[in-house]
Amino acid sequence: MRRFNLNLWLGGVLTLIVIVGAVFAPWLTSLDPVFDANLMYAEEPPSGQFWFGTDEQGRDVYTRVLYGARISLTVGIVSQIINSVIGLSLGISAAYWGGWWDDLVNGLTNVMLAIPSLIFALAIMAILGPGLPSLLIALGLTNWSWTCRIARSSTLSLKGQGYVQAASTLGYSDIRIMWTQLLPNMVGPILVISTLGIGAAVLAEAALSFLGLGIRPPFPSWGAMLTGARELIVIAPWAAVFPGLAIFVTVLGFNLLGDGLRDYLDPHMRTRQQ
Amino acid sequence: MLRFTIRRLLQVIPTIIAVVLLIFVIFSVVPGSFASSLMSDGRGGADADMVARINEQFGLDDPVHVRFFDYVTGLLQFDMGESFRFRQPVTEVIGDRIWASLKLSIAAMVFAIVVGVPLGFIAALKPGSILDSITMIGAVSGLSMPQFWLGLLLMYFFALILGWLPSFGYGGGDFKYLILPAITLGVTPLALLARTTRAGVLEITNEDFIRTAHSKGMSNSRVIRWHLTRNVMVLVVTTIGLQFGSMMGQAVVIEKLFSWPGIGTLLVDSVAIRDIPVVQGTILVIVLWFLFINTFVDIIYAAIDPRIKQT
Repeated sequence: MRRFNLNLWLGGVLTLIVIVGAVFAPWLTSLDPVFDANLMYAEEPPSGQFWFGTDEQGRDVYTRVLYGARISLTVGIVSQIINSVIGLSLGISAAYWGGWWDDLVNGLTNVMLAIPSLIFALAIMAILGPGLPSLLIALGLTNWSWTCRIARSSTLSLKGQGYVQAASTLGYSDIRIMWTQLLPNMVGPILVISTLGIGAAVLAEAALSFLGLGIRPPFPSWGAMLTGARELIVIAPWAAVFPGLAIFVTVLGFNLLGDGLRDYLDPHMRTRQQ
Repeated sequence: MLRFTIRRLLQVIPTIIAVVLLIFVIFSVVPGSFASSLMSDGRGGADADMVARINEQFGLDDPVHVRFFDYVTGLLQFDMGESFRFRQPVTEVIGDRIWASLKLSIAAMVFAIVVGVPLGFIAALKPGSILDSITMIGAVSGLSMPQFWLGLLLMYFFALILGWLPSFGYGGGDFKYLILPAITLGVTPLALLARTTRAGVLEITNEDFIRTAHSKGMSNSRVIRWHLTRNVMVLVVTTIGLQFGSMMGQAVVIEKLFSWPGIGTLLVDSVAIRDIPVVQGTILVIVLWFLFINTFVDIIYAAIDPRIKQT
């Protein structure tokens, strides 16, 4: 009998809460995250009216945290999709075709692993300037090396299997073999690494926005909200507590979900992270 | 051993070259030159003469391959160009700040080791116990928490509410100023170390040679001291090395939060005003540090782990 997988369930519930908050934000609050500023209500502590209190411009922190989930999830999921596409295409094709292409991809992966991804993303943001599109590019281009490695090693072990050779004998094109025979057989580990990747991207977005290089105010990014909150932490600590808690819950959700998925898919598999 | 060391050192050279090339390329494809962006920064429109003069002065008009060649020849002589902001060689600007960053990394690592390793060890000796569960929940939380948020909360609580520690700054090197940033930066490696130590101890307790040691009547504490510690150390040292290498990169946000005058703060400030030579230089230093530590760890690893064949 399978043991109760606490990580999977807890991670799933936390992730679900964040997704529901993001999707149904307009129904969960009646205020606007940017325009409903009212200096009459600036720096109000949490109350029945303002659940998470208000910030220095009198905006409702609860509303901003809810809408912030949209930014975090968009950045996390879209950039991870870009990373997965890059990592999978490079990894599978490198192992399948081998030769100089494999050497090139391997070299590139090693270089990518040598540059801390936050630093790399920071360099790209330095060139592209702040904003959502730049963030998606910066985070989407810098965190594919693990996906690539997993795709490559899976392909190497699958390549010799009978059904892949059979497909090749049947005259399937290389691309078709990769798409229909190789890719479906590595969904598990790729799903695990992608889930963890979303968490990492959410953290990176928060850090970049906190530094003023990601999403710029007045848009409700959790990281950018913390920059503002830092200045008034003595007067309004709630403005710092809740956005950070939201980041924490989101990243924890994805991390637990990733760990849980790994145990669920293969109890013996224990790939080392980081 | 010497042959392994030399081979490992040679292996890292292509990576270094590729990293230098990559960093150069990223900052050379910037649309619009530095001079024009400087001029259009809200201080009036670009003055054509001025732009030409700046381009001339920094050699920005040369073709890309000439600039790359100049850049590499410069690097080989420890010349990374001149900072736009400080009007000083980049190496000097970085040199002035690197000690602060190193100090912070070392302090954070010491904190992580002193707390993380024993915690993982104790957790593993009684798997499933309350202490074990708490340690593991703490570890996964530590890995999921935005470090700068934790730093902000620590700053609020210990500096502003309790008044025990200074909230930010360097304080001329006073130890008190180091405590909060170091703890903040140390949380991630702490969590990882606790996890790795625990996993390592658990794995090795089930190995044959531990069972043999027990069955031949070796006392429990001796087994732990003699076999367990030595074998787990290999794993722990690797984790420490990898974390220490990437720490300068992770420190960027923490340095900025605590206004710590290291190269992280320098990098963020330089990005904000597009002081490209400094940005290039700091990133290169962070990456080279990471590569240097990684290579060093590999060599140490081969030296202490008897299972690795040194061919």
